[in-house]
Amino acid sequence: MSGASVQKFEQPASFAFTPENKAKADKFIAKYPEGRQLSAVLPLLDLAQRQHDNWVPQAAMEHIAEILGVAPMRVMEVATFYTMFHLAPVGKHHLQLCTTTPCWLRGSDDVVSACRKKLGIDFGQVTADGQFSMVEVECLGACVNAPILQVNDDFYEDMDGDSTVTLLDQLARGEVPPAGSMIGRQTSAPDGGPTTLVKKAATKAGASDSDGAKV
Amino acid sequence: MLKDEDRIFTNLYGIESWQLAAARKRGDWDQTKDFIAKGRDWIIDQVKESGLRGRGGAGFPTGLKWSFMPKEIGARPHYLVINADESEPGTCKDRDIMRHDPQKLIEGALIASFAMGAHAAYIYIRGEFYNEAMRLQAAIDEAYDAGLLGKNACGSGWDFDLYLHRGAGAYICGEETALIESLEGKKGMPRLKPPFPAAVGLYGCPSTVNNVESIAVVPTILRRGAPWFAGLGRPKNVGTKLFCISGHVNKPCNVEEEMGIPLRELLEKHAGGVRGGWDNLLAVIPGGSSVPVLPAEQCDDLYMDFDTLREKRSGLGTAAVIVMDKSTDIVKAIARLSYFYKHESCGQCTPCREGTGWMWRVMERMVRGEADIGEIDILEDVTRQVEGHTICALGDAAAWPIQGLIRHFRPEMERRIKTRRGSVTAKAAE
Repeated sequence: MSGASVQKFEQPASFAFTPENKAKADKFIAKYPEGRQLSAVLPLLDLAQRQHDNWVPQAAMEHIAEILGVAPMRVMEVATFYTMFHLAPVGKHHLQLCTTTPCWLRGSDDVVSACRKKLGIDFGQVTADGQFSMVEVECLGACVNAPILQVNDDFYEDMDGDSTVTLLDQLARGEVPPAGSMIGRQTSAPDGGPTTLVKKAATKAGASDSDGAKV
Repeated sequence: MLKDEDRIFTNLYGIESWQLAAARKRGDWDQTKDFIAKGRDWIIDQVKESGLRGRGGAGFPTGLKWSFMPKEIGARPHYLVINADESEPGTCKDRDIMRHDPQKLIEGALIASFAMGAHAAYIYIRGEFYNEAMRLQAAIDEAYDAGLLGKNACGSGWDFDLYLHRGAGAYICGEETALIESLEGKKGMPRLKPPFPAAVGLYGCPSTVNNVESIAVVPTILRRGAPWFAGLGRPKNVGTKLFCISGHVNKPCNVEEEMGIPLRELLEKHAGGVRGGWDNLLAVIPGGSSVPVLPAEQCDDLYMDFDTLREKRSGLGTAAVIVMDKSTDIVKAIARLSYFYKHESCGQCTPCREGTGWMWRVMERMVRGEADIGEIDILEDVTRQVEGHTICALGDAAAWPIQGLIRHFRPEMERRIKTRRGSVTAKAAE
């Protein structure tokens, strides 16, 4: 499903989970009934990708197959089916640009052209310094905050051309701006404040969704 | 307009904390043990009586679906599988439930699992929702620590484990049998039905797959009573519903409203109205990308519910309302959806694998008018050959947007073809 990168790269000779990640892998496998350990293949591929600079080398697939006790082909066919597994190196900041209709209606073309112009690369490419890569993705499921630009795990929402340029500058400087709406609205509420649950909104005016991660 | 006290998702926007203590203050986990004490049949009857129809798109009665599970637990365990693979373009409601009101989903999972004799449930969340998955896992951990999950969950006497499973980028995994395949560690390719999951589902065991919103509304329905939920909305289309309003409105947003709210009221009360005013409306896709587009002239007095939209030859789907104003290149908007379905076809069935690519390529020519008028009929004919001829509904979902376009915007498609032909002929004459 995902397009292969044309850039040349080398596969590492071997791969093994770090002891910390091996413990995580065992925890994932324990979620599934006895004999159903293949269920853990997606979480384990994700774990390998996180350990290995955001891409899954061949050796990792073989390592996972060994852990799960299946033929390597069972892991490879899964790794190639799902778009989130990168089988070739990507940039430190992997930009995933949604251009499906709801994002397109809200101006995703501007986000795309800002990325192209600023980085000098196109979909499926990595910048020469390895800092950025960009891909076109299908609907990310945050359509009322369109257009969305996903950077690694984080959704940057309500984007436009200018905020894209600002974001790329910040990332290039090593800053990681808070994810979420770039126009400062409260998650998926209408811009300017909710039309419902107004009593709550009034008592909690200005309160942000601050007791957790970036959602 | 739905009153605030009748809203189920009182922390939809994350204005308050998502954590357990705050969720309890909002009423979650109140009387849960008592509901379970009333037994499986009571819960299923309440859900049936409430008139709840599945919130994932098909609108099948939830209580009836639950009743398809075997009454007695045999040699094979039962499973509840919760579909959080929210990927239908336009749809982003389950995301808000999981990141802002996760205890509603967790409590619903326990009640629904007990009602179906399941000691374990899996939530399959789309891989891109990484931060949401971390949040939901933290909420599940909190529930375990408080004794609401695990052995003797919530003091109910029922042992129940809830596991979160992340997907990895594939729209097709939102189809229930593809989701099961994916959860088993395979490529997300839908299974032929029958057998249905209630007989042979996850790991070959009796299973039910429900959407996040369907499960998350159940505890409140039980607390407030089935008649309360059944009393909202319109006949056979009852309760509250999360709407996702995207596209050309002044203030795109998610909002919980009464089922059957007129489209215009929905857009003007909550989303700041259509950009440039109601008269600037060109068309609406009322229920996520799969359902056929409706032109503006059908949008006055349009009740947003399953049956009204079906009568209009469209659908409520996931209640993801994609609004397009008169500046929209409508052919391009639909062509982009054709590309989406081509990209997301799993490749298993020939009519879908070949048909989605073919339809997309023709649609791209239609955008530019590089076609013969007769090709519009050929395109329509091909959509009919894909529709209904595949294992799952992705073939239908790819066909319907094009059928809707041809049904309502054929003159625009013809205009492009004629304009282009005119310019080509003019060039040749020069």
